[in-house]
This record gives sequence, C-alpha cells and structure tokens, in this order.
Amino acid sequence: MLGAKLYLAQRLTALLMAPFVVIHLAVMIYAVRGGLDAAEILGRTQGSLWWGSFYGLFVVAVSIHAAIGLRVIVFEYLKLSGVALEALMWFVGVVLLLLGMRAVFAVVG
Amino acid sequence: MTDSANSSNDTPSTRPMMEVTVFRGDDSAGSYQRFDVPREDNQTILDVVTWIQRHADPSLTYRFACRVGMCGSCAMMVNGKPRWTCRTHVKRVLIGNRIEIAPLRNLPVIKDLATDMTEFFEKWDRAEGKFHPTLTRNDDIVPVNPESAERQAASAGIECINCGVCYAACDTVEKNPAYLGPAALNRAWTLINDERDGGREVRLKAVSGDGGCHNCHSQQGCLSYCPNELNPTLSIAGLKRTTAVAALKGEI
Repeated sequence: MLGAKLYLAQRLTALLMAPFVVIHLAVMIYAVRGGLDAAEILGRTQGSLWWGSFYGLFVVAVSIHAAIGLRVIVFEYLKLSGVALEALMWFVGVVLLLLGMRAVFAVVG
Repeated sequence: MTDSANSSNDTPSTRPMMEVTVFRGDDSAGSYQRFDVPREDNQTILDVVTWIQRHADPSLTYRFACRVGMCGSCAMMVNGKPRWTCRTHVKRVLIGNRIEIAPLRNLPVIKDLATDMTEFFEKWDRAEGKFHPTLTRNDDIVPVNPESAERQAASAGIECINCGVCYAACDTVEKNPAYLGPAALNRAWTLINDERDGGREVRLKAVSGDGGCHNCHSQQGCLSYCPNELNPTLSIAGLKRTTAVAALKGEI
C-alpha cells in the first residue's frame, strides 16, 4: 500500500515543512506585533520572488504530504484500494495544489 | 497439569474457583463459553486450558508443545492481550476472579483457541526471511566479529521464536492484511545485518513492496508485548532507513 517511494516523498516533504511552518509562524507573529496591517503585508509580499518561492514550495510539500497521508488513512479505515485509492490520492494532491497556488498568487502576484 | 500435581489439599467442593470464559468456534461462528476452574497456587493459563480439556470439555482445541517458553506455539489472547500461555501465571492476569481466553488476534481461527499460522509464516518468506548463503560447505568458515555494529544489530533481534504475539498485537496488521508484520520484518532486518548473507538487494525490495516496512506506524505494540523483549519497531525503523537510502541511490 505504501512503498519506499511514497514513504520517502512523505518524509522529505515533512522535512521541508517543519522549518517552513516555523518561519511562517515567526514572520506572521513578528509582522502583526510590529503593527503591519494586511495592505502593508501585501505590499511587501507582492512581486517578491523570495515569498513566492517560499509559499510555492510550501504548497507543493503540503499537497504531496497530505495526499499520501490521506491515502494511508482512507486505505486503513475506509478499505479503499487499487485504482480508486490511487485516483483519490492524486485528486487530493492536485486540488490542494490548485487551491494553495491560487492563494500564493493572491499574496505574491 | 495433572490431578496429582495439584498443590491444593482442598476437596473439589471447597477449592477456590475462578471464572474462565473461553472462545469456542471458528471464523464463521463462535461465542464465549464459561468454565469454573479450580485455582491453584502456581498455575499458568496453559494449565487452565489443559484443565478444561481434561475435566470439563475434551473437545476444546488449543495448541502447545514445549510448555517452557521455547517453542512459541501456545500464544493466545489473555484478557485481550497476546501472551505465551505457558509463561503467564494466572495470579498475574486475573481480573477480579475472571479470565478471558481467546485465539490470537489477526489470524484465522481453525477451531477454538487454535489459529491458522500459514499466512504468518508465508509472510516470513515474502519478507525474504531466509538466509542467502554466499559460500559453500567447501569454503573456510569466515570469522564474524561479534562486536561489529552490524552483528550487534542482528543479534538484538535474533531470538525471535515465531510465536505470533507481535503479529497479534499489531494494529497495522489488523488494518492492512497485506502488511508483512513485525516478526517477518524483524527477521529481514537481522539478515540485512548478517555479513554472511548475500540477499541484501532482493530483501530490500521484498520489504519495500505494498505490505512492506513503510506501512508500520511505529505504535510499538510489538515491542510492548514481545515475550522475548525484542524490539521489532527498532528493526523496522532500521529497514525504513536502509530502504530509503537504497531508494535514493536507485538501488531498489
């Protein structure tokens, strides 16, 4: 059900997400406590290659990680397997990627 | 336990008794049957089922061989936990005055307390739990350094006797019937670390498939219940690490 490649993909994306979450929360708290409002934050993120790459990579990592994680849960508890399970995993991954990228473009674009 | 071996001098009517509920049936149908069994000062769960078969119902089916914790054939669920019945003393597991005895979890039930271990042993094979020799009987014996890290890792898991307790304790086996299970994967890990073995690549592939080591959630049920105090979770973590490196290198 979960082979070496999917396992590796989930662990590597977890390795990426751990520092990303810390950076995201730290910067958010710093910005808000510093008195920046939404417009001022957007002014700093829009057009920024750095924030675009940061959140773009974050969204890719989340999409892969969550899709594989849900695959395991759905297999073990809902007994879905075979093509249906593969299709669900890809569907979840692609939907998360699209929604996430839409948010990234809204903040950076 | 024979009658002459009973340490109690009480007559049958005054002996202290305990309530034992035993699973009767098979996979298609079954229920728990109550027996009142005399309590003894020193008495194992295996003594209890033997007493039931000899004195209450000769049709009760169970499996045992050595009676001393070496063969691994008498494991059952005792009050919901997998145990060697020959090494489990009644006084350690009695709840109130009751004991519930059932066949090992996660295995098909043949009858009553006897499970079909076929799949358990087939998974041992599927995990390439067999030794792949690199020498013949005509070669000299190659010395193995007992202090090497690999040999220490192999020796840590080598005392498994295939009792199936870890397999019955594993929630991943319950949820994912294809999962090879802690015993087979522990065996694979001991062979991966055996410098005399030549089956590393085929074994790494075998434990990386659909039911392979990556399905383990590290819940450590195997570690909690292994009567030999082995740590299959640690062995499986070793397999995950080794297969991940092999996958990154494109070896599997």
